[in-house]
Amino acid sequence: MFKILEKEVLAKGIKRINVKAPMIANKTKAGNFIILRIDEKGERIPLTVADYDRETGIISIIFQEVGYTTKQLGSLEVGEHIKDIVGPLGKHIELEGYKKVVCLGGGSGTALLYPKVKAFYNKGSEVIAITGARTKDLIILEDELAEISNKLYIATDDGSYGHHGFVTDILKDLLEEDQEIDLVVAIGPVPMMKAVADMTAAYGVETIVSLNSLMVDGTGMCGGCRVTVGGETKFTCVDGPAFDGHQVDFNELINRLSFYKDEEEVHQCRLDEEVNK
Amino acid sequence: MALQKKKTEMRNQDPTERINNFKEVPYGYNKEEAINEAERCLQCPKSPCVNGCPVNVPIPDFIKALKKGKIEEANDIIKSKNNLPAICGRVCPQESQCEKVCVMGAKNEPVAIGRLERFVADSMLDKVNTSADAVADKVSKEKVAVIGAGPAGLTAAADLAKEGYQVTIFEALHDTGGVLRYGIPEFRLPKKILDKEVESVRALGVDIRVNVIVGKSVTIDELFAEDYQAIFIGTGAGLPRFMNIPGENLNGVYSANEFLTRVNLMKAYKYPDYRTPVKIGNRVAVIGAGNVAMDSARTARRLGADEVVIVYRRSEEEMPARDEEIEHAREEGVIFKLLNNPVKIDGQEGRVFSMECIKMELGDEDDSGRRRPVPIEGSNWTMEVDTVIVAIGQTPNPLLTSNTENLKTESWGGIMVDDRLATSREGVFAGGDIVTGAATVIQAMGAGKKAARSIIDYLTSKEWSGKN
Ligand SMILES: Cc1cc2nc3c(=O)[nH]c(=O)nc-3n(C[C@H](O)[C@H](O)[C@H](O)COP(=O)(O)OP(=O)(O)OC[C@H]3O[C@@H](n4cnc5c(N)ncnc54)[C@H](O)[C@@H]3O)c2cc1C
Ligand SMILES: Cc1cc2nc3c(=O)[nH]c(=O)nc-3n(C[C@H](O)[C@H](O)[C@H](O)COP(=O)(O)OP(=O)(O)OC[C@H]3O[C@@H](n4cnc5c(N)ncnc54)[C@H](O)[C@@H]3O)c2cc1C
Ligand code: SF4
Ligand code: SF4
Ligand code: FES
Ligand SMILES: [Mg+2]
Repeated sequence: MFKILEKEVLAKGIKRINVKAPMIANKTKAGNFIILRIDEKGERIPLTVADYDRETGIISIIFQEVGYTTKQLGSLEVGEHIKDIVGPLGKHIELEGYKKVVCLGGGSGTALLYPKVKAFYNKGSEVIAITGARTKDLIILEDELAEISNKLYIATDDGSYGHHGFVTDILKDLLEEDQEIDLVVAIGPVPMMKAVADMTAAYGVETIVSLNSLMVDGTGMCGGCRVTVGGETKFTCVDGPAFDGHQVDFNELINRLSFYKDEEEVHQCRLDEEVNK
Repeated sequence: MALQKKKTEMRNQDPTERINNFKEVPYGYNKEEAINEAERCLQCPKSPCVNGCPVNVPIPDFIKALKKGKIEEANDIIKSKNNLPAICGRVCPQESQCEKVCVMGAKNEPVAIGRLERFVADSMLDKVNTSADAVADKVSKEKVAVIGAGPAGLTAAADLAKEGYQVTIFEALHDTGGVLRYGIPEFRLPKKILDKEVESVRALGVDIRVNVIVGKSVTIDELFAEDYQAIFIGTGAGLPRFMNIPGENLNGVYSANEFLTRVNLMKAYKYPDYRTPVKIGNRVAVIGAGNVAMDSARTARRLGADEVVIVYRRSEEEMPARDEEIEHAREEGVIFKLLNNPVKIDGQEGRVFSMECIKMELGDEDDSGRRRPVPIEGSNWTMEVDTVIVAIGQTPNPLLTSNTENLKTESWGGIMVDDRLATSREGVFAGGDIVTGAATVIQAMGAGKKAARSIIDYLTSKEWSGKN
């Protein structure tokens, strides 16, 4: 049982929860994730370790309420418990050897991006962060990112804040102006990651994306999270979740993510019913 | 009394009924049936059956006690060699082990040893574990870590705890049992039985910590630093194999591991009350013919698939599943397309639509002594399917070995051990599927027992003398 120690609403439908999980805090590096199961009947879902403190043993997760389980998680209050949390899972990302890094986060992907920005910054890389969302109210972690990056750009689809348009617009300008960028890290909705990878391929800049495949165990046992990278089948949970963006078969990923759409909708209705009771 | 040539029948749930539920299929003997079957045992002086059993259960002795109605005594006799008899009685491939060499089997049907073992164990399941208290005050010996709560790990832990060692099991999943929980379905091994067995391991003083992945959450070196004096690795063969044919990543293609884990561990058959979904459709092809394939096929039937087809590249004779499972699958309407091999899966709108197979014939014997299946050129044909479940085997999961230094492994991933089950690292032992590759429950238990003995020897003598 993992007790919720703190809870914060970062934006509409985006929340942060802190729990004590010393084993996980002790071992996590940027890019690792956990899998949690809220209660006996719950499903197992993967969430990135957004932040960790080895001393206190506390880890933070930041999540967007998109369906049944994330909404249920969001409804838990301080003092309540999550039954199971396991981790750290996945490969952490390699920080060595990059002088100038551009990190892009889209929507709640910014939460997943945050630990990577921090890691590169602490490692001494020059870090340019770009975060985007549909509208101003959905921009998260602005102050936090400003603190751990050399430059922060913001984009909103509706122009209510920062650049009016997509994060990729800003990236394009940077790539045009600056030949020194030696790594791009993109995390967000699959179409956004695909757009970034297509763009950077033209400039020949190494690009890492973090894939959000459907998972069950997270230990390489089920193969449900498989993706095609460079023509080979990989398991996102053990071989990833970060992969070379130029090698990923994004269309296959988009397709695989949609497999349980019908069930997810049914579940959604049930949840709304329960909440409105 | 005339000799009864056939095994005493075991009553089963009716096939038309049982494809609508996940309740156990065989009901098990009642006392009368059990004693009747026990009467068939010849009490052979050489008792070959005992050698046929990988853990040498004293079969004639327990049957003798049972015959006299002394069930508790029979249970103690079995338990002296087998910690999990209620499980083995159900899932052991008896026809290739104890019952294979039973003297009665030469002319008639062998004694139904597995069914008798099950009867005895089930009768005693609710009795408290009397040995637990005695052990509890003895606890004082060294700390030992066991990695994996499958049959190998549970057995090693129980044997070590009985000798007074302080044992902690670290398990990656949120629940115990390994394949017994996530792989073998409820209708074959009720989880209530597994829970009882795990409870009795806990009653011996074993601490079980779930949600810990050794290699990720904590390393072997850190366990030694935490004062564990010896470590047993029983992490199983959990890595699913795929066929590497086009279309295998389409929606609707599951590994048997994923399919069974969703249904068994996550209880997707109770969706949406339990929150993990599974999608099955109407027509299902299961690739392979081992226990894993039978479990997948029979589960698919129960989830409502009208047509479930087993596709296997060899013939009837080579099917590795237990006879009983094949028979039950047939009764439940599973169709067998033998001597066929999938070559391609096609989709429509990203979802499986059909599977192309090629017919096979048996050629010369291969290394395994079985006749090698060879494709018959031009014999390709196509079946329409909604779901494909790949059950062609598992290999050891490299999560632990790849994150542990100086642990020697075979090219296929198995951990290398000597005849004591000692690995290349001092104080580290391994056994079960992680050493042998996918095998059986009883072999994994046998390995757990053997490793426990070796660990005790090592901790008593403090001498490693590893050959590795
Ligand atoms: C490695 C990894 C790290 C992640 N980190 C974060 C994070 O830090 N913050 C965050 O908000 N989200 C993160 N996600 C996504 C998060 O797991 C999903 O949003 C969540 O599982 C949705 O569950 P649901 O029941 O609320 O929604 P549902 O309605 O069930 O599903 C909504 C969508 O979420 C995805 N999804 C559903 N079930 C799963 C599953 N079991 N595994 C993976 N994806 C699933 C599918 O795309 C689905 O269409 C991460 C995913 C991965 C693979
Ligand atoms: C569907 C199916 C049906 C089967 N049917 C039969 C049958 O009828 N009869 C029979 O005799 N055999 C059967 N088998 C085979 C049998 O189940 C296995 O041989 C047996 O379970 C092996 O036991 P084990 O303890 O070595 O490993 P497992 O049962 O695989 O247990 C290993 C455990 O270790 C855990 N683990 C793995 N890595 C780590 C780590 N790094 N840290 C912590 N924990 C870890 C796993 O989560 C798992 O719980 C079947 C197998 C399957 C898959
Ligand atoms: S443990 Fe298995 S092989 Fe041994 S006697 Fe029992 S059923 Fe037979
Ligand atoms: S071989 Fe068969 S008949 Fe003989 S003792 Fe064993 S079980 Fe009984
Ligand atoms: S989630 Fe099961 S193998 Fe990756
Ligand atoms: Mg969900």
